[in-house]
Amino acid sequence: MEITLRALVTMIHGMLFGAFFLMMIFGLVVELYRSTQEAQPTHLSARWHTLERLYLFKMVALGWAAVLTGAYIVYPWYRAVPPSGVTNLALYPRYLLKSSTTTAGWHDLGMEWKEHIAWIAPIAMTMVAYVLTKYRLSIREHPQIRKTVLVFALVAFGAAGTAGLFGAMLNKYAPVNGGSTIHLVGKGQ
Amino acid sequence: MNHTQPQSDEQAIAQGAGHFPNGPAAAAILSAGVGCSLLGILGLAADASKPVAKLLTFYLPTGPLSGVSSLAILLWLVTWFILAKRWRNRTVAIAKVNATAFLLLALGILLTFPPFADLLQGK
Repeated sequence: MEITLRALVTMIHGMLFGAFFLMMIFGLVVELYRSTQEAQPTHLSARWHTLERLYLFKMVALGWAAVLTGAYIVYPWYRAVPPSGVTNLALYPRYLLKSSTTTAGWHDLGMEWKEHIAWIAPIAMTMVAYVLTKYRLSIREHPQIRKTVLVFALVAFGAAGTAGLFGAMLNKYAPVNGGSTIHLVGKGQ
Repeated sequence: MNHTQPQSDEQAIAQGAGHFPNGPAAAAILSAGVGCSLLGILGLAADASKPVAKLLTFYLPTGPLSGVSSLAILLWLVTWFILAKRWRNRTVAIAKVNATAFLLLALGILLTFPPFADLLQGK
């Protein structure tokens, strides 16, 4: 069983950083919504507060890791220009998609949207994490701030979800491949 | 008694200040809106104009996206820094700040949506 370096990095970008970021936003949205419905504030121990901060920090770090690896490692492989005379576009996903009218939309809509909207999520979630850390004990006294934080978190979830969905579909129709081959298990050839 | 300015509500409560101003949160919220809208505005500018796209190509393999994202992040952080300094100890009209931030966020999302950006460019 083998995998190419580019496929592995793309997987880390999407399935590790991106997917875990998305899951952590979802968890936070659920918790934020739950907190708006509770009659009495929950009193957490110092250990739980530390874990809460760690959760927020990890979430933000995953978001930035996802967009930075996407833009500066995977995207250059995706948009690489094939040398003249090359007819096999397997290593040039953008050109492979644009070579057919049935797949061009995945680039024109999918990648064009994904490459920009994805950045909204870490920006929004950095703000969310900052506000929740800064106003940890008094967020209930600022209902408007709490509502705004919840809306930004929901939008970030939508933005990260859009980027993730198109990322998965783009990689299905024109996978990012190439680079050295990494042997995982079993007998190599 | 500690008379330094509290950096969080936790410190404000510990110092007996009772109330922690909403300025720091407002600064973070408004600047996040600014950052999101800048992504859309700069992305549209790079898409609409070849010279702008060239200007925003900070890193050739990534193309104009490198400049769009870097500049949006830089301006977001600068805006945040300035607003945070100005509003550190202030209680601001949060409803206005939230409404502006939502508008900026909506603008950012709308401008990143390719069919809408194409419509604006008459494509």
